[in-house]
Amino acid sequence: MSDRDGVPDPSTSAEDTELSNRLRKLGKRLDQHRDVRDEEVRRDAAPRRPGVAMAMRLGADFVAGVVVGAALGWGFDRLFDTSPWGLVVLLLLGFAAGLLNVMRSAGLVRPGIGGADRGRDGKQDGT
Amino acid sequence: MATDPIHQFQIQKLIPIEIGGVDFSFTNSALFMALTVAGASAFLILSTRGRGLVPSRWQSAAEMTYEFVAGTLRESAGSEGMRFFPFVFSLFMFILVANLLGMFPYFFTVTSHIIVTAAMAMAVILTVIVYGLWRHKLHFFKLFVPSGVPAVLLPFITLIEILSFISRPISLSIRLFANMLAGHITLKVFAGFVVALSSLGFVGILGAILPLLAAVALTALEFLVAALQAYVFAILTCLYLNDALHPGH
Repeated sequence: MSDRDGVPDPSTSAEDTELSNRLRKLGKRLDQHRDVRDEEVRRDAAPRRPGVAMAMRLGADFVAGVVVGAALGWGFDRLFDTSPWGLVVLLLLGFAAGLLNVMRSAGLVRPGIGGADRGRDGKQDGT
Repeated sequence: MATDPIHQFQIQKLIPIEIGGVDFSFTNSALFMALTVAGASAFLILSTRGRGLVPSRWQSAAEMTYEFVAGTLRESAGSEGMRFFPFVFSLFMFILVANLLGMFPYFFTVTSHIIVTAAMAMAVILTVIVYGLWRHKLHFFKLFVPSGVPAVLLPFITLIEILSFISRPISLSIRLFANMLAGHITLKVFAGFVVALSSLGFVGILGAILPLLAAVALTALEFLVAALQAYVFAILTCLYLNDALHPGH
């Protein structure tokens, strides 16, 4: 540590490159370690997740979709005086959104669309 | 003694404050929010004060909480998601401590009011939107446009995706609020049965055994729900943050 904090003068440039090499090597090893850990975390992710927690999500997910559809439809009708078509269409779409929420929570829909799924899609972390 | 099951959720002004016609009173809700923050901070600060290599019982509990939230966040949002760790951890601790405080008789349950849970859900969703837009600019909207869908269906699917996104803060806030509210009302109603029945004499006391057992079992269930809801809120926050980090793969 103290070596690095010292003022770098030309005579120690060899030592500097040596140090930066070591630093780079350490960085690489840390990266490797982190990759391995991420991999481990992902692999044993599934068993750690309590099933009750998943079950509790489903009801609210579905209801919220329908409620949002109904509210938006009602608002649309009030704004544009199209009653009842906005409510009809958006309620149905909200129903679909609710189902989508539920299927996503249950892991039945391919992750990536909207991405409300986790775990496996984390592997595409390339960004 | 009040047996009205809704009575426990009433907001009472403890210190009336009014600034410019707006009510800023310090209420029982505010008091318990302050207690929650103080309790969570005290737990974490005091338990980690020893900093033992071999942790004491308290330090171990604090470390397990940290590891648990960090693990949840890492597995759902990747290492990149760890920049949101303070946010997620604060939310988790606040909800957990508020829920558990609410389990004390005569205490106020902060999370049984939808305004509190909705505020937290809005904070989560605004973080997702603001960070997603800042990080990915317009690419963030890919979230709503799934790839590999026939062009005819695309407008519908996009609309459904948008509705699904809007429903997130609502389901997030309703789930927590409804669970706490319903749980506490059920508990109160069953406990009320015990009191009402046991005042009817010997047969009544015999009849009160059943609701008493139910109340005991419900108390245990409520403790489970208190911890579980904090976990569900935290993990959903992680999933939504994952969307902000990696929209539309």
